[in-house]
Amino acid sequence: MQLFLESLFNGVAIGSVLLVAALGLAIVFGLMGVINLAHGELMMLGAYSTYITQLIFKQVSFLKPFYDSYVIVAIGIAFLVSGTVGILLERTVIRRLYGSPLETLLATWGVSLILQQFVRSVPLAYASGLVIALFFGLFSPLFISDDLLHGAKGKLIRAFTWGFSALLGVATGGILSSLVSKLSRASARNVDVTAPSWMRGGIDFVGITFPKTRLLIILITLISVLVVIFFLDKTAWGIRIRAVTQNRPMSDCLGISTETVDIITFGIGSGLAGVAGVAVSLLGSVGPNVGGNYIVGCFMVVVLGGVGNLLGTILASFSIGIMTDLIGAGRLLTIWPDMPSPLYSTIDFFATTSMARVMIFALIVIFLQFRPTGMFPQKGRMVES
Amino acid sequence: MKLSKRIFAGLATASLAVTVTACGGSDSSGNFDDTVTVGILHSLSGTMAISESTLVDTEKMAIEEINAAGGVTVDGKSYKIEYIVEDGASDWPTFAEKSKKLIDQDGVPVVFGGWTSASRKAMLPVYESKDAFLYYPIQYEAQECSNNIFYTGATPNQQSEPATDFMYKRSPAAGGDFFLVGSDYVFPRTSNTITKAQVKQLGGKVVGEDYLPLGNTEVAPIISKIKVALPDGGIIINTLNGDQNVAFFKQIQDAGITPSNGYYVMNYSIAEEEISTIGPEFLEGHYGAWNYMMSIDTPASKKFAKSFKKRWGSDRVVADPQESAYNMVYLWKQAVEDAGTFDDNAVREALVGQTFDAPQGPVEVMANHHLSQTVRIGEINAEGGFTILEETGVVEPQAWNQKHPSSKGYACDWTDPKKGEKYRM
Repeated sequence: MQLFLESLFNGVAIGSVLLVAALGLAIVFGLMGVINLAHGELMMLGAYSTYITQLIFKQVSFLKPFYDSYVIVAIGIAFLVSGTVGILLERTVIRRLYGSPLETLLATWGVSLILQQFVRSVPLAYASGLVIALFFGLFSPLFISDDLLHGAKGKLIRAFTWGFSALLGVATGGILSSLVSKLSRASARNVDVTAPSWMRGGIDFVGITFPKTRLLIILITLISVLVVIFFLDKTAWGIRIRAVTQNRPMSDCLGISTETVDIITFGIGSGLAGVAGVAVSLLGSVGPNVGGNYIVGCFMVVVLGGVGNLLGTILASFSIGIMTDLIGAGRLLTIWPDMPSPLYSTIDFFATTSMARVMIFALIVIFLQFRPTGMFPQKGRMVES
Repeated sequence: MKLSKRIFAGLATASLAVTVTACGGSDSSGNFDDTVTVGILHSLSGTMAISESTLVDTEKMAIEEINAAGGVTVDGKSYKIEYIVEDGASDWPTFAEKSKKLIDQDGVPVVFGGWTSASRKAMLPVYESKDAFLYYPIQYEAQECSNNIFYTGATPNQQSEPATDFMYKRSPAAGGDFFLVGSDYVFPRTSNTITKAQVKQLGGKVVGEDYLPLGNTEVAPIISKIKVALPDGGIIINTLNGDQNVAFFKQIQDAGITPSNGYYVMNYSIAEEEISTIGPEFLEGHYGAWNYMMSIDTPASKKFAKSFKKRWGSDRVVADPQESAYNMVYLWKQAVEDAGTFDDNAVREALVGQTFDAPQGPVEVMANHHLSQTVRIGEINAEGGFTILEETGVVEPQAWNQKHPSSKGYACDWTDPKKGEKYRM
């Protein structure tokens, strides 16, 4: 029983890291069909947002009493930062490449390299200033009444909001770099996010230690999944998104602004990548390459689960998680120590982290041979296919 | 058609080489009679840049120090050292390509370079075929002894063997079982083969080992294995690389694998630089083994740390790999002066037997192109440094490890043409 519980918990813990990382991709790749290789880098931006939030809470005197809760604030900030960059990416690059997956793949790969080098060579204080400028520049027109945005006057107002946002960005950059000296210089070195003390250590229950950070990641994943499902199923915009993914020209005819839908879908997918960044920053270090480590796993989960199906993504990540634990930690050998020796030595051979990965990849390849569309293929007819 | 293209390419290269030498020769300056240009080849971009750029900084500092003290004196003429820095880009074939460029095109007499074993293995054939000379500054798995490489880092018997001995006999977990964790590449695997043989000799037991693929930070399965294999604490030998350590230490602490619960981790790849990245709060109470530690309380060590901070910023730290890099530049200078020429073969002969008062204490170049040096065991403290617990005397390097089953009984000696790379003792 104890063994079963521990194995299940470990599997769910590994699976939820995969799931939170793949959730955004399930929307961007699964629903929109955009192969976004910069998804990992959007995660990286989320991880860096956590780091910056942590430093601000440590340095600014009136925020210090709330240091213990910085992770929760970081989730919101990371969502906004990655979402903003994602929307900018959609507006400038991906929008022009809808319908040509190969070009999208190459372009987003290029963007991922640019983003990696960007965090290496730009001081983080000014990088956050830039993101804030973009954020206000992109979103402030939404709060101005439409009448004001037309004609020559509209142009002037738009220019004014961009100028204001730029000033705000420069000011933020300046204030941050003078407040927190660590952010004022560019550095390629990996940085560290330290969980607040209430999140360190573990909870002992029926003789098993449950690490608190893992529990928090499971919680973050659970909430993200529920919010996404609620959004897609119950809200007007969610229904519009699903309508556009199923039949774009018809939705367009019925008066849905497909362009707005694209922006919102991509923004949410990217924002979720930011939330995933917060989760992974709690497990390891934060560096320019942190997202690259997850991108293959993310695509694997989405493809295995069936493109365009959230339930598939959820099941796929948990089954990969549980398989990783069963094979990689040698659980089968503990459960059944006196199995026949050729089987024992085979399983023992695969009971290391590297070999378990080989085994899982092989199993996925075999599975996809028989079910090329994944666990839960999209039902009904798509217009594109 | 093909032939003419080749001739053209050859001509182009030749003319380029002429221009480069012309440039190099013309800017002798100040009080020096002439200049000599050396090559520095480390990763300045990619994943290894963080570590390797510290070596470039140290080598530049050593060269500046030598120049400030009058340069290299050969045959009564003083030479100012200049350098060409090339970027290996964390990509092993690039290291080989840039080596060729430094040797053929720039004509440098020596190259200081490399960090990972993979980069060294990629460069080795280049230096052997061109009979050039590479100085390599990192602690590594040994089992190699080239006439064309000079190794200033520790061999396993100068790091892991004294460390294993300490853990089994004198650490708080003395007599406990061992679990070995490493990144999945040549250094951890070779190092652990040696450790396993040694633990067996000591009468201890290795109850498990696992390797994490490079770039992977999911350590949950390894933690489960450690808890099954060592339910009541024990010794963990860690050869993980780079940021995988961050994930490992954060997660084992959460899982209750801590010194207070009887688990002690001995690390071979965590120096002062890495402690500050991982965070001392995760590492306090665990151990490290190195030849040089910043906390060594001697004038030479303090001067080294002080000049590095003065040159590159007060928040910088010095660690073992940097000290090795610093030593090798000075040892090259001494050997050149003794040989009276920059010619590789003469310098190689003069190199063996050179001694240097290094920041770690005296070091000597042995006949197998490795250094004899002191080994230190330190406990990681809350300030992010090592509290030195033990210091061996000067330990001679074994290029062919005496505990590894494939190399037992063999040694290397380049001063005797009959012995060479690998001979039976």
